[in-house]
Amino acid sequence: MMWFLILALYLTWLERKESAVMQDRIGANRANIFGFRIIGIFQPFADAIKMFFKEDFTPNFSKKFLHNLAPFLSFYFVLVTIATIPFAGDLKIGEKVIKLQVLDLNIGILFVLAMLSLSVYGVILSGWASNSRWTLLGGLRGAAQLVSYEVALGLSLVGLVMIYPTLKFSAIVESQGVLLFGFLPKWGVVLQPLGFIIFFMAAIAESERVPFDLPEAESEIVGFFTEYSGLKWGLYMFTDFMKVLIIGCLLTTLFFGGYQVPWLAADGFHFPWGGEWLMSNGLVVALQVLIFNLKVFFFCWLQILIRWTYPRFRYDQLMDFGWKFLVPLCLINIAITGIIMSIIK
Amino acid sequence: MIKQIGFFVEIVKGSLITARHFWVNLFLHILNLFHIKTKRKGAATIQYPDVRQPIAYRHRSMHRLMKHENGKPRCVVCMLCVTVCPSECIYVEAAEDPDPEIQKYPSQFIIDLNRCCFCGFCVEACPEDAIRMDTDEIELARYDKEELVFDLDKLLG
Repeated sequence: MMWFLILALYLTWLERKESAVMQDRIGANRANIFGFRIIGIFQPFADAIKMFFKEDFTPNFSKKFLHNLAPFLSFYFVLVTIATIPFAGDLKIGEKVIKLQVLDLNIGILFVLAMLSLSVYGVILSGWASNSRWTLLGGLRGAAQLVSYEVALGLSLVGLVMIYPTLKFSAIVESQGVLLFGFLPKWGVVLQPLGFIIFFMAAIAESERVPFDLPEAESEIVGFFTEYSGLKWGLYMFTDFMKVLIIGCLLTTLFFGGYQVPWLAADGFHFPWGGEWLMSNGLVVALQVLIFNLKVFFFCWLQILIRWTYPRFRYDQLMDFGWKFLVPLCLINIAITGIIMSIIK
Repeated sequence: MIKQIGFFVEIVKGSLITARHFWVNLFLHILNLFHIKTKRKGAATIQYPDVRQPIAYRHRSMHRLMKHENGKPRCVVCMLCVTVCPSECIYVEAAEDPDPEIQKYPSQFIIDLNRCCFCGFCVEACPEDAIRMDTDEIELARYDKEELVFDLDKLLG
């Protein structure tokens, strides 16, 4: 949990650095401790300290209670989803078996989808409670955006649930450790390439970042958190990066085998070309944690790349995109999956 | 539909361009970190307060007043610079000089940089080459407005 918070903190730094390097710049490199800069690695702390000491301003015309509640609501619902993500296999210490997953829910996927949808309530509520035109516009845009991508987000996972007939994250990841045709890891992206693409696009819309940042829309309305300042605004920003992280986790868990390393079983590597390399349980778990983090990191990188490459969708384009393109594609995906599964049976 | 797929391909191509920039620049940055000289730097930017670019020869920077060999200002208070100044930021007051060859010298010469737009017309107008804008001083930000009002002593430097 703490690890994810730190990761989210550093995502802010990563975003600034990556965008800078993409655009032939250098990026934030001035923050230092006793003169040590280390490519600006202390920047998140400087930002956080600055945010702590800013005035927490609540405008007169806002609805006080809801105005204060909204950022916490938004942050809370995003934060709880992290508990369901498995980040390594079972760790055995003597007789005890420790599951490296906080909350192994039977309805893991549904839970995460529900919580991510609920976090949009924070956006709508802040737009309403701030009682100003721009925030209301932002909040309503957030609601409209929710309607247009949420269906595709849910439907794109149906094919996956059909293949691994479970909603449990741990079971999904375990069944992705099996090999397909003897050499290919049975990852979600191999079985459901179309589902992966749809889910990825819908998930970027979920994170409310640039190609789909209608609620925020920096260049026009400055979005639902216009009336927030100080740490509450920081909470919204943090929620944003938390969402990026969670989407990275979801993509990894559902489509890229979670913590599974190709050809790595519980007792070591078994290569399809016959070689074997046995390892102890602790080493395997450490490797799995590492590989999980690497995968998540890669997807965070990819999302930042997308955020700094594309312009924003227009309002109606997003609606068209969601309802006329993604949803039919989802249905096609489900139909194809069903046909193939019935043939194989 | 085919057109849309074409758009999609172009979108992916766009992200490949940015990704290429990222990896190439990252590679160059890492090489530079280990003090390996590369033909191209990873970033096109300059780390300004640490590294400065040379200022161009014709750049118009902070004003200065020129002096005669004997240390007196070259200015003869013809008021041409005051007349030509579009932002009316120059104020000159004359005093009588005992030397009949010179007749007038400035007792006050004030340039209000709060108003100055650095057009350089005063330099163009001056018949005596008494005012120039070649000090290469470009960091003129001050905490107080009063500090930006430069008088004769400061301008003579």
